[in-house]
Order: sequence, then C-alpha cells, then structure tokens
Amino acid sequence: MTLATRRSLLAASGALALALAVSPASAQKKYDEGATDTEIKVGNTNPYSGNASAYGTIGKAIDAYFKMVNEQGGINGRKINFISYDDGYAPPKTVEMVRKLVEEDQVLFVFQTLGTPPNTAIQKYLNGKKVPQLFVATGASKWGHYKENPWTMGFQPDYVTESIIYAKHILANVQDPKIGVLMQNDDYGKDYFNGFKQGLGKDADKLIVQLATYEVTDPTVDSQMIQLKNSGANVFFNITTPKFAAQAIKKAAEIGWKPAHYLNNVSASIGAVIKPAGFENAQDIITAYYIKDPTDPQFQNDKDVVEWRAFMQKYYPTGNLIDSSNAYAYAVSSLLQHVLKQCGDDLTRENVMRQAANVKNLQLPMVLEGIKVNTSPTDFYPLQSVRLARFKGEKWELFGDILSNESSTQ
Amino acid sequence: MATTATTASSIPADAARRPASQWWIWLMIAGLALLPLLGGKTGLISNYSFLQLSLMIVYAIAVLGLILLTGFNGQISLGHGAFFAVGAYTSAVLIDQAGWPYWATLPVAAIVCFLVGYIFGMPALRLEGHYLALATFALAVAVPQFLKYRHFEWFTNGVQGINIFKPDPPFGLPLSADQWMYLIVLLVAVLMFWIARNLLDSRTGRAMMAIRDHSMAASTMGVNVAHYKTMVFGISALYTGVAGALHALIFEFVAPDSFRFELSIAILVGAVVGGIASLPGAVIGGIFVQVIEKYADALTKKLTAAVNLPLDLEPWTIYGIALILLMYIMPMGIAGGLSALWRKLKGP
Amino acid sequence: MEQLLQQVASGLANGAIYACLALALVMIFVSTDHINFAQGELSMFSAYLVWQLMQWGMNFWVALPIVALLSFLIGVMVERVILRPLHGAPVLSIVVVFIGLLAIFHSLAGAIWGHTIKEFPSPFPNIAFAGSGYIGPHQIGMILVTLLLLVTLFAFFRFTPLGLAMRAAAQNPASARLAGIRVDWMLALGWGLAAAIGAVAGSLVAPAVYLEPNMMASILLYGFAGALVGGIASPGGAVAGGFIVGVLENLIAYFGNLLERSTGVYVIGNGEKLTVALIIVITVLTLKPSGLFGHVTVRRV
Repeated sequence: MTLATRRSLLAASGALALALAVSPASAQKKYDEGATDTEIKVGNTNPYSGNASAYGTIGKAIDAYFKMVNEQGGINGRKINFISYDDGYAPPKTVEMVRKLVEEDQVLFVFQTLGTPPNTAIQKYLNGKKVPQLFVATGASKWGHYKENPWTMGFQPDYVTESIIYAKHILANVQDPKIGVLMQNDDYGKDYFNGFKQGLGKDADKLIVQLATYEVTDPTVDSQMIQLKNSGANVFFNITTPKFAAQAIKKAAEIGWKPAHYLNNVSASIGAVIKPAGFENAQDIITAYYIKDPTDPQFQNDKDVVEWRAFMQKYYPTGNLIDSSNAYAYAVSSLLQHVLKQCGDDLTRENVMRQAANVKNLQLPMVLEGIKVNTSPTDFYPLQSVRLARFKGEKWELFGDILSNESSTQ
Repeated sequence: MATTATTASSIPADAARRPASQWWIWLMIAGLALLPLLGGKTGLISNYSFLQLSLMIVYAIAVLGLILLTGFNGQISLGHGAFFAVGAYTSAVLIDQAGWPYWATLPVAAIVCFLVGYIFGMPALRLEGHYLALATFALAVAVPQFLKYRHFEWFTNGVQGINIFKPDPPFGLPLSADQWMYLIVLLVAVLMFWIARNLLDSRTGRAMMAIRDHSMAASTMGVNVAHYKTMVFGISALYTGVAGALHALIFEFVAPDSFRFELSIAILVGAVVGGIASLPGAVIGGIFVQVIEKYADALTKKLTAAVNLPLDLEPWTIYGIALILLMYIMPMGIAGGLSALWRKLKGP
Repeated sequence: MEQLLQQVASGLANGAIYACLALALVMIFVSTDHINFAQGELSMFSAYLVWQLMQWGMNFWVALPIVALLSFLIGVMVERVILRPLHGAPVLSIVVVFIGLLAIFHSLAGAIWGHTIKEFPSPFPNIAFAGSGYIGPHQIGMILVTLLLLVTLFAFFRFTPLGLAMRAAAQNPASARLAGIRVDWMLALGWGLAAAIGAVAGSLVAPAVYLEPNMMASILLYGFAGALVGGIASPGGAVAGGFIVGVLENLIAYFGNLLERSTGVYVIGNGEKLTVALIIVITVLTLKPSGLFGHVTVRRV
C-alpha cells in the first residue's frame, strides 16, 4: 500500500468515524406523522372547563410560549403547531381527544397532558400506538416506569419523592411526631399519601394519628381542620390543591392550631395561596420548592422572572402574573424546545423519545438554580430534586441543600 | 295538558302511521351495519369516526333510558349518570376481577342496574317533581363516593380506576377493534330500541303513559301505579346501565372521575333537546350529547380568531346560548319540532 | 365535647351559606314555581362584580347595594327576555334553559376574570370576642345577615301590598289578574329579588371559600337540599333547612370519626358525609313530603 493510499484510507476512515460519532442531528431527514420540513405538530389536552379549570392556564401559557418560539424562527427552521383540546378532567373525554390528536390531527407526539386519571386513561393507548406521552403534567410516581411504558415520561419532581423528603424531615426534626394529614380524595392525593407513608417507614400507621379527606366538590374543609386539631396532632401534612390549601391555612389559624406544617408543592404559590390565606397565618410552613414563584419578593429582579414577565405581557396578556402555573408552563415548554432542537432533522417518534431520555444537566428557566433536568434510558424522571423552603415574613426562605432522589423507579 | 311537574309532549300521534315507515328504518339500520365494510378498507371512514358513531349510539341508549322514565312515565331524574356508572363498573369489575368475557358482562350489567333502579324506585314513589329531582340529584352525587368508598376498594380499585381491554373481533374477521365495537353497539342499540318500541305499544306502555298524564285517574281505572312506576325506574336504569357498560368497553377505563354530576345533566339535556317523549328523539339526543361540545369548541375557536375580544371566550358560553335558542325554537325538542314541521307540510 | 361544639358551630357557619342560597331559590319558586338551577352561577357572577368594584376602590358596603341593584335588573331582564316567551313550555324545557343560563354565567365569569382563585376580603371587622375559638367574625356576620334577609323578606311578603300582590300572583294568577295585579311583572319582580338575594349570598360566601368560577357549583346542591327539607315554599323553612343540612353533615362526619377512633372500624367518614346527609334528608322528605316546615297543599282532582 502506497503512502498516498494509506493517507487517503486514514482520512476516509477518519471521516467515517467522525460521521458515526456525530450527534443524531445528522443530515438525513426522517419524519413520522406530524413532522414535516416546515412544522411539528404537538398535541395536548388540558382541563379548560370543570372542577380543575384553574389548571387550564398551563395549556394557554404553553400555546403562548410556542407562539413566541415560532416568531423567533421556530426550532431548526420548523414552526410548532400546538393543538390543545379541553378534556374537562374527565378520563373518557381525554381518551377521545387524544385519539383525535393522534388519528385525525396526526400529531407527532402528545405533550403535558394534565391530570393523573386522564393520563392513566390514555397511557395504554399511546404506548400501544408508540406515540410519546411526553412530560405529563402530574407528579404521580407511575410516569417513570420506563420498562412497562417506554413511551411515557413525567416531568416534575414526583409526589412520592416530595413526600418522602417531608417524612424524613419530620423524623429528623420533630420530637414525638403525631401527624395529621389532610388529603384530597383522588389519585393525586393518594399518591402523595402513599409516598408519605413510605417515607415514614414501618411506624407510619402509628405516627399518623388522623387522616382527614375531602372531595373537590366540598365547599370548605373547615370541619376536617377541626377534626385534625382535635386529634392532638402536632404535625400537619397538607395535601391540597390551591383553593383548599388557602382555606386550610386560614382555618388552622382561626381555630388556634399551630402544628409543624408541611404544604405540598402544588399549592405553594404565594400569590395564589399564601396571600389569600394570610401571611400571618402561614409563618413557618415548609414546602419543597423547585419552580421560582414569580410573586416571591426574592425573585423580583431575577433575570428569569423578568424575562418571563415580558413573555407573559407580550404573548399571554390575559394570563395571571401571580399564578405560578404559568411559570411551570414556561419551564416545561423550554424543556420541550431543547429536546426538539436536539432531535435535529430526525423527527421520528422514536428519536423524540430517545432525545427526551438524553438530557444532561439542563438548567431550565424559572426553575431554581442548581435543580437540573437529567434523563437517561433508565431514568424517566426529568426533575428529581427540590430544595426545602420555610415561609418567613412574606416569602419562602430556602434552606438546606438540594435534595435529590436521582433515578430509581419508585 | 297535565299540570304535574314533568309534563311531556303528547303521545306521538303518528302511532298509526308507523307500520308504513317501518321498512325504511330497517334499511337505514342495514346501511349502518354495512358501514365498516364500505368505510374501513377504503379508508373513507376512519377508526376515529367509528369511535364517534359508537359514542353517539351509546348516548342514544342512555338517553332512551331517561326518556322511558321521564317522557313516557312522568318521573324526573337528574341522576341517570349514576346508573351509567353502575353499568360501567359492573362490566369492568367482572372483566377485571373475575375474568369474564366482555359480552357476558352486558346482561349482568343490565340486571344489576335494573335492580338498583327498581330499589331506588320504591322510595321514589313517595316523591314527585322537585323532591324526586333532589333525590335523583343526590343519587348522582352519591355514586362516585360509593366508588371511592374504602370498603369497596378491593374490587373498585378506588380512585385509581380499572383498566380493561377492548374486545377484539372474533374469528379473525378483518375488522378493527373500533369497527367491531361499533357493530356490537349497533346491535345492542337496535335490540333495545326494538324492545322499547314494543314495550310502549303494549298495555304496559299505555299504563306508563296513563300514569304520566294523570296518575290519579289511572289508579282509579285499575292501573297498579306503584308497580308500574318502580318497574319503569328499573327498566330505565337498565337501559342507561347497558349504555354505561358499552362505554366502559369502548374506553377501556373506568374511574370515579368519569361519572360526575355533569354526565347526568348531559343525559337530561340530550333527552330534552332530542325530544323527551319520542324514540327518534333519543337518537337525536344521543347525537347531540356527543357532538355539541365539539361544535361549541370549534365555534368558540373561530370566534376568538375572528373577533378580538378582551376576554377568553369559552365554549360553555356558546353551549348555553345554543341550549336556550334550541328551547326557544323547539320547546318540544328537535324530534317534536321536526314532527310539527312534518305535520304542517303534510297539510290538514 | 369541645370538638362537637366546634363542629356544630362550623356547621352553622356553613349552614348560613346554604341558607342564603336556599332563600334565593325559595324566592323564585314562590313566584314562578320553578327551581332555578342557575341561581348558584348568578350569585357567583354577582360576587365577581362586587369584587371588581372593590378592586376599583369601592368599599364593600357601597359596592354590594350597587351590585344587588344591578343583579335585580339582570334578574328582571332574564325573566322578561328569556323566560317570558317560554311560559307555556314543558317544565323540562325550562330546566334546560336554566342549564343554559348556568353555562353562560359560569363561563363568562371564567372568561372575564380567569380561573385562579381570588381573595375576597371579609366585610366584617376582625374583632376577637368570646367564642372566637368556635366561630369567626365573618361567620357570625354571615348568619346575622341571613337572618336579617329572612326577616326583611317575611315582612315584605306579610305586610306590604307589593308582597301580597306577588303571593297572589303565584298562588292564583287568574284571580290575581282579575284583581288588577300585573301578574307578568310580579314574576319578573320575583326573579329580580332572587337575583339580588343571590348577590348578597355570593358576596358573603366568597370570603369564606375564595372566589373562583366553581365556587357555588357544589353549594347549589346543599341549598337545594336545605330548601326542600325546610319546605320549599317557606323562606323561614328554607333558612332553617340550610342550617340543618350544614350541621347535620358535620355531625355525621364527627360521629363517623368518633366511631373509627374508638373502635378502629371505619364505617363512614368525610367521603360519605354528604351522601349520608342526603339520605337522611330524602328520608325526611318521604315521611313528610312538604318539608319540615311546609304545608301540604291539597290539590283538587
């Protein structure tokens, strides 16, 4: 072999090696339904009506985000066509709407479908059809089970992780804890409660002195709060959605009950929950924090928050600036943007899943510094870290380190 | 006309006209049954469309149940969603816990719902009008709580619901699961509507309607009012319950959240909009329940895009306006309105 | 024992909410013989109007009468424009119209003000007093206003010519017309008054449960049950019914919880309390069909 041939062979093999090592964003374009040279169709369902309509703002905020992205040129030159339908938080409706998205609208994948029962209803269908059920808007622990449902992925720190963190904190910090729990009587509440019991360990049933449940259709939780106070509990785990959280905080103060109060992250918004409940009633409440609450004074001049406010004003002017759901929507949309960018020109459903399972150390806007998204083929829980915060004065004071529960299926 | 709280339109006066028009109904049914052949392979009718058609028929059966009770027997119900839920869960639990084949669960769901309706009908005898409305309202509210009740969790699976599987076409027929489900639903619907037609034409039917029109007079004529009223409650629950069971099979999932109070209202609205005392009205009502929300949604999106309002217009506004307009134009329901139109066109 | 008292007090506080709504329901029933299913949403919409006026700087006690008047006009308009043409229609068709109104008012509130909960400050001064541990100043205020409304309505119907005319129009429209009463306008008046009462009800409820479009949805059932168990034709009965339902529900949960704590057996709890309360209400109604404080009307065949 002549020197020239060897050199060219080396060069050729080098080029080949380079080509093989190059990221999936290679020159070849591959599409599944919903993706073309000019657009990517993303499907979604949200409860715009019914009992859970307060969460409908998330769908609207996501829509606004992608309007912004499209105005800025789209992702890899493609516009995002975000199609969202109302399911009223009723599982049959969700199934119908998701089938419409997949079979009629031919979306590439389904994103941020909201609610545990709705997502449970569509999980089998989407996995059967091999359509990604991406970054679902619920913290139930079941969304990270990649072996049984390889097309489903969660997003937020799951409820079990969060309640285990609370349980551990209680065990470490409260002398002789007697725990009272207020729980919304549905899938979301159950998931938190089960995680909590798991975190308390084998003595869980002895430590929990009273479980009081409520229905979403109850006007108030006053009688449950009275029950809890009278059980002698000195610790209160508050698993409630915003309206009931505010009622519970206010009532606890009214009846003179001052337990060590742990509030689920779902209702940690200052503007939407704490302020209506009364700052003076909410002192020393502990929660797990991961989204920057835009009404929290410590973030007033934070770069993320300023940017977010500008976004809201321009693209979602009817959106509520005190609602941290709108911050959550911004963060998760940013994650999707990143994943789609990473897909490059390979917009097959399989690649979307592959890229979603390949995010490393990503810091999202509106998420606390240091809490990063990490996914892998065996880790379908993008966010698994939180920081504990205690409410002092008029804001959440972060304390302690970032607490993680990286990987491990619950 | 009757002054009781639940006045219905008069008995369809076209009772005599029916024999002649029967043949075209059977023709229509045959056409519907053949749709999977025409549509499926050629791709003209998608699986999703078959899903839509199945749902329309399912709601038609559910509405028919309510119509038998309210339009033809004068008893109001604001809680038929409860029977729908019982039927759905009966089917789901039998499949999930006892491994029964799907078709065997339908008769059981029917019987269970009949019993529940009959039992409920007994205390309901003493209630009328607003009071019965409240009682049925309470039933609708109570059923999701029953489904979540701690001591029933071992078979209802509580708030998490039950996952089941849609039946596959038998004998390897070249049909999709959606098309097969559609045929099942169509068959059940034809059967149940046929039974209802015969029921209403019989002595029982006449007794039912006599009770509706003037129960005091009916009882003086020897009609056992209590017997008929409870029977009809049972039958009505049976119909809506079977619809619920079919619904569970279609969606392969049941949960307490699937059967909230809104469902009962939707069935009632469907019955009234369709035509509270007419079998064709039940079909129209079923179609209405299934399609109205999509139209309201689509119209809202178009309006929002066309006119720049300072508020986020919601589909329910359009839905509410549609309901009021429909009642304006056709207070007897669409079936009532159409038959009045037909009579006018035919002349005196 | 202490908890029992607290639960009863809390039940009375909730009961005031239900009683207020029941009063509005009775108003429309007495004048038009219909149960207005849209009453809850109308009240909620009025509460939002009060909230908006307060956002613009008005004091609650100034905003409330303004909105009550506005709601009165809306009520009259609804009756005249939407319900009048349907006077002869079947009852169920009118029920569907109510459902339509419910949908419209509910979604308009959501469209205009959004679905996030809003803080609604209590108009009653936050003064501590004896019994503070059992019941708050707002709840006491609510109960007092409800009773005041009740007394005012009672006096209106009993002692004023207009009230008498309304009762006559409802009980015997034909004779009332002969006596020169404008029956149609009496119906509209009934609606207007009900809407005004509803506005007060909504504005009192909002501070306790937080303002959002779904606020009154579940309360409607309680108001309905309370009105019926007390006697749908009697304002006093309806108010009593509302309080009864409120206290009953809490007592059921209390005794269920007591049973569980003492014997370890869970029979009924918070999930079942409403169902059990309704079962009791319906049982009462089967035994005494016109409600606890109602009269049986004998109908001529």
